[in-house]
Amino acid sequence: MKYEVVIGLEVHAQVFTESKIFCGCSTRFGQPPNSQTCPICLGHPGVLPVLNRKVVEQGIRMGLATHCKIAPYARFARKNYFYPDLPKGYQISMYELPLAEHGHVEIAVDGKLKKIGVTRIHMEEDAGKNLHEGIEAASHVDLNRAGVPLLETVSEPDLRSPEEAVAYLKKLREIFVYTGVSDADMEKGNFRCDANISLRRLGDPKFGTRAEVKNMNSFRFVQKALEYEIARQEKILEEGGKVVQETRLWDTKSGMTFSMRSKEEAHDYRYFPEPDLVPLTVDQKWIDEIAATLPELPEAKRRRFVSDYQIPEYDAVILTGSKALADFFEAAVKAYPKPKIVSNWVMGDLLRELNNENKEIDQAPIRPEQLGAMLKMIDAGTISGKIAKTVFEEMYRSGADLEKIVQEKGLVQVSDESALGGVIDEVMAANPNEVAGYRAGKEKLLGFFVGQVMKRSGGKANPGKLNELLKQKLQG
Amino acid sequence: MSWVELTAHELHEALKKKSVSAKELVNAFYARIESVEKGVRAYNTLTQKEALAQADRIDRAIARGETIGPLAGIPIALKDNLCIEGIRTTCSSKILDNYRPPYDATVVSHLKKAGAVFLGKTNMDEFAMGSSTENSAFEKTKNPWDLSRIPGGSSGGSAAAVAASEAAAALGSDTGGSIRQPAACCGVVGLKPTYGRVSRYGLVAFASSLDQIGPLTKDVTDTATLMNVIGGYDPSDSTSADLPMPDLTRALTRDVRGVRLGVPKEYFIEGMDPEVEASIGQAIETLKKLGAEVKEISLPHTEYAVATYYILATAEASSNLARYDGVRYGYRTPQARDLLEMYMKSRSEGFGPEVKRRIMLGTYALSSGYYDAYYKKAQQVRTLIKRDFDEAFKTVDVIVTPTAPTAAFRFGEKTADPLQMYLSDIFTISVNLAGIPAISLPGGFTKDGLPIGLQILGRAFDEERVLRVAYTYEQAAEFHKRRPSLS
Repeated sequence: MKYEVVIGLEVHAQVFTESKIFCGCSTRFGQPPNSQTCPICLGHPGVLPVLNRKVVEQGIRMGLATHCKIAPYARFARKNYFYPDLPKGYQISMYELPLAEHGHVEIAVDGKLKKIGVTRIHMEEDAGKNLHEGIEAASHVDLNRAGVPLLETVSEPDLRSPEEAVAYLKKLREIFVYTGVSDADMEKGNFRCDANISLRRLGDPKFGTRAEVKNMNSFRFVQKALEYEIARQEKILEEGGKVVQETRLWDTKSGMTFSMRSKEEAHDYRYFPEPDLVPLTVDQKWIDEIAATLPELPEAKRRRFVSDYQIPEYDAVILTGSKALADFFEAAVKAYPKPKIVSNWVMGDLLRELNNENKEIDQAPIRPEQLGAMLKMIDAGTISGKIAKTVFEEMYRSGADLEKIVQEKGLVQVSDESALGGVIDEVMAANPNEVAGYRAGKEKLLGFFVGQVMKRSGGKANPGKLNELLKQKLQG
Repeated sequence: MSWVELTAHELHEALKKKSVSAKELVNAFYARIESVEKGVRAYNTLTQKEALAQADRIDRAIARGETIGPLAGIPIALKDNLCIEGIRTTCSSKILDNYRPPYDATVVSHLKKAGAVFLGKTNMDEFAMGSSTENSAFEKTKNPWDLSRIPGGSSGGSAAAVAASEAAAALGSDTGGSIRQPAACCGVVGLKPTYGRVSRYGLVAFASSLDQIGPLTKDVTDTATLMNVIGGYDPSDSTSADLPMPDLTRALTRDVRGVRLGVPKEYFIEGMDPEVEASIGQAIETLKKLGAEVKEISLPHTEYAVATYYILATAEASSNLARYDGVRYGYRTPQARDLLEMYMKSRSEGFGPEVKRRIMLGTYALSSGYYDAYYKKAQQVRTLIKRDFDEAFKTVDVIVTPTAPTAAFRFGEKTADPLQMYLSDIFTISVNLAGIPAISLPGGFTKDGLPIGLQILGRAFDEERVLRVAYTYEQAAEFHKRRPSLS
């Protein structure tokens, strides 16, 4: 392609709090319409917002986790527009003075690390929801969600492919979950993403005209929508046309994006400082207190994995890709303290199985202790490394107990000299020419005998023992 | 003198002595309303049933021998932009004609707890936008001193109710002079407290950074008494000040010796009514005789106050009034085919012309490409105006000015020209921009017998000194004792 893709993402994540951002109503999900409301979040005349400090704390936590500078002085602003799900006719958001700025997150694409800039993080209130389905000649409004706290995280236009965009989103979601700021569940709608995307000729310092794409409510759709949008814009440019600055909606059914409104139709939100709230001052002491509560974040974990476990950077990047995966690895290492071997099994066999089924690590049917126990069996000579692959697959599929699989399937390695000796004798008797060749100096034929014995023993022969016995017998 | 003509503190003494019951007071005030309301039209809604129930509670407390607070059993009126749970609250707008709030304003809760009796809700300029109460969607409230004249605004109903003895006292709200100017027009006392002194929770917002609730009363003592009940920190209003509320009645001593009185030269402008100028000059002389030091001061940015105010106030209003969309409460047009039409028709049918004018002005001032030239600039000028006062208060303790350039004008006199109407607030607006407290009290009468307002401004949160100067003057001048002859 002659073009470079430029993507910036805006992510809205619901902040994990008991109560809404400006009133005492519960943030509980899935309640009967308008049951989680009060005069304040319903926008009655005369009511005033009072900021929930917990939201600020969570915002600062997220800011610190993404290496942002926390503003000592931040201010809410009103974003004015009319919509039935917006009770006050404005959304209380932040504009000129956000909570946190100038941060970054690290993503790994194809095992390579890349820093993606975080322009800003700000707090705002969510709107309600309009309901149309199953209602004759009317629409209803559910304001349970109105006033639910959100953090908007805006990235720099640093992303260069749909894969990078998805990796960034996954990393951001991971940080939200790591820090307990949000459960970032896309299906519940509490992790939403809009993308700004444009193309420019390779080497062109100027950005092209961008389109804003909305309504992508899963990682897969983000990938697809961006791929579609790249193809659409490329075609326009190739045909000598111009990309129009506009907002486009992703449609899952057709797999296409559609124009929602042009630049001319764009809202003028008439932002101005929210006069009902005093400016927010954040002192260093508070920031330090919050910093002290931060859990170990992916990057720190990655560095620790490299230094403590002596595993390659590549392994560490993959293993710290999610907290659950890192936890799995650490638990397995605890059961079987040879980190590189554990890493090979987790990254190889386990992730392959999971990827095949499109599952996440927390859905894995194997516990880390089971993996550790199996690796111990290899070391003890109870099973061979080769058999272990079979055992692993069986454990993964049936979820059955390790010992049971090994016993029931007769997978215990044969180390017994008399048993092995018998098989070797049979093989030697059946291949007199090869025996003669070996004895004449063709020592490479040893491999042939190993193979034959393994075949006859169903792969259960202890390779070390087998080598030793074979050499003995072949030498006569 | 009948009960209705007494001040709240006089009525309190009578209740304590059991010379009258709270129920008798309520009945006396409703009888008074019955007899004069046809001419004055101060009220939008009367709440007789609730008033009698509250009076009954107070009478039973008195009968039990309980000590009652200074507002227990005192019949008062509330401006119709203060929310009382379950009671129609209209802001004198068609768009809220049938609105009943599901909650009490903080000041209302305080007053209920203090045992005050609410007689009803008073008329106002729609959404507090105006200086004559002519912008009400309902009635024209008349000035009790001359029924052919306006009562001032926007708290015209509250001022007229107190002046006409249809309530012992009232609450109003002041965004650019809406308590003080009607107080001046109706010959009563009106205080705009320091911004943040009284909780705004439950006051239907006009311009959030300027609005304050305050009392309208027959004398300064009643103002102090009401302030003691309604003032103080409220966690429900983030802009309310977390400061201890002093007992303001203790500031009421007749002593202004050594008080430095500033007279801003910019306020004695050409075009000011000579009778007003003479009265205020006389009032300053009186204070001087009582021991105050008088100094000329300068507030150099005064001339920009009206322009600054009409940008900031309308900008905030354009956003504050966006919630009246016909979706959840209030007026919704009966005929709309789609959402946009519902919005447009509900709002064009529900709002009056002055409110629409201000929504448009404010929307314009905040629009992309104009924000810097209007809103941002106005905020900067606001800072300069505030600094003028900071400077002035380095050399003086209070500032004395007229409340309005003229006494109450006639109906229709300024409705044709909104700018002329806006200039009624020329002496009151700076106070809101600076956030400082100011009181208007009777400072004389024109030869036609119309009240003239004297305005006293103080430092932020220094209501005590403002009230002390006002009280000392009031007790010496005794203009507050005059009552209009209505019958």
